[in-house]
Amino acid sequence: MDESKPIFIQVAEQIEGRILDGTYPEETQVPSTNEFAAYMRINPATAGKGLNRLVDTGVLYKRRGIGMFVATGARATLTATRREAFGDQYVIPLLHEAARLGIDPEELIAMIGQRAAVAGQA
Amino acid sequence: MMNLAIETRSLTKKYGNTTVLDNLTLGIEKNTICGLLGRNGAGKTTLMSILAGQELKTSGQARVLGAEPFENAQVLAGLSFARENQKYPEEFKVSHVVRAAAWFYAGWDADLARRLVGEFRLPLKTPIKKLSRGQLSAVAIVVGLASRAPVTFFDEPYLGLDATARGIFYDLLLEDYMEHPRTILMSTHLIDEAANLLEHVVVLQDGRKVLDSSVEEATRSAFTLSGTATAVDTAVGGRQILRSQALGGLRSVTIAGNPDERLRTEAKAAGLEVGPVTLQELVAAFGLLESGESSLAAASSPPQTQHEAEEAIR
Repeated sequence: MDESKPIFIQVAEQIEGRILDGTYPEETQVPSTNEFAAYMRINPATAGKGLNRLVDTGVLYKRRGIGMFVATGARATLTATRREAFGDQYVIPLLHEAARLGIDPEELIAMIGQRAAVAGQA
Repeated sequence: MMNLAIETRSLTKKYGNTTVLDNLTLGIEKNTICGLLGRNGAGKTTLMSILAGQELKTSGQARVLGAEPFENAQVLAGLSFARENQKYPEEFKVSHVVRAAAWFYAGWDADLARRLVGEFRLPLKTPIKKLSRGQLSAVAIVVGLASRAPVTFFDEPYLGLDATARGIFYDLLLEDYMEHPRTILMSTHLIDEAANLLEHVVVLQDGRKVLDSSVEEATRSAFTLSGTATAVDTAVGGRQILRSQALGGLRSVTIAGNPDERLRTEAKAAGLEVGPVTLQELVAAFGLLESGESSLAAASSPPQTQHEAEEAIR
């Protein structure tokens, strides 16, 4: 979790993470604002703002009087959004640090291939 | 406005020649948890005491639930003031405090009080005067929460409490607030711990208001800039520096206001890092301001609407 981000964004990103890893499957209910607030020890208004952000982006939808549910297609949408951001968020910092240490792109690609092979065996 | 639980206008309190509250105007919305922050001597307890009808103001207005609190039984019936140094009758035990409080507060929840006494492991039969400071804080918290008063003040409710007991307090405060929304004003120096519980924050410095905003806006009303000293100095320009630290040729400064796009671009080009401030860092930086120096309220950009503020983050 990125501590420098506003808490309501952190709430939203945590829920997105749980949708991506399958903890909250599509068309199932997510915990309520109050449950998130108690769990994260944050003001319920902040938790509500995080959830509403996901309603605004179509990831969650409200069922009146029942609660919030993961929308159909949410996982695909989130995956697409995160894939788009992947380059800026992960590759650019990786290249920066590599350049600082004198690791050229070819060496870097080799390192990634090596690690991927090891991770694949595990 | 009808939505305000607490409202002051030009509220001033003087002890002899000393001005403790200086022309203070503020409003706290109903059913929010609001932090009252600032250095020792900033006027936090005095403000709470006046709002709780326990002290007389010198001039100005103070209204709680729409009426002046002083000697106003109707207002005081809906108000609970929790503090560790609360005076109790001689010979009083914890059990007496709990029983007496039940008479006092219309919304008193005896079950909650019993549960809280258990959570804080308070000895019911021990005389109050034999309790430790942490236990006195726990008694104040029990009364403050179980009273379910529409307006509740907690004045440094954690004094003498260990980390476990403070965690219990924060959890129970949130839990009960969510079940029974009410207006809570809490002073604290443990800002990092409490910041996420708060919706709104008021910061006092020398009896004056230096910040009055949502927690989120507050942390966006300043930022840090760090890198080589020369590059930092160039980028700072005429901006107000709240705090500055140096290490060899490096410098890190806390600056009032929002980092605009131009500054971000310049900073990036110069290899500088732009970072956020925490609420605690911000309040600590305010404490360094000399009295009379301009406050952030004046230095920061004009207020945004909620929508614009959210857009800015995205």
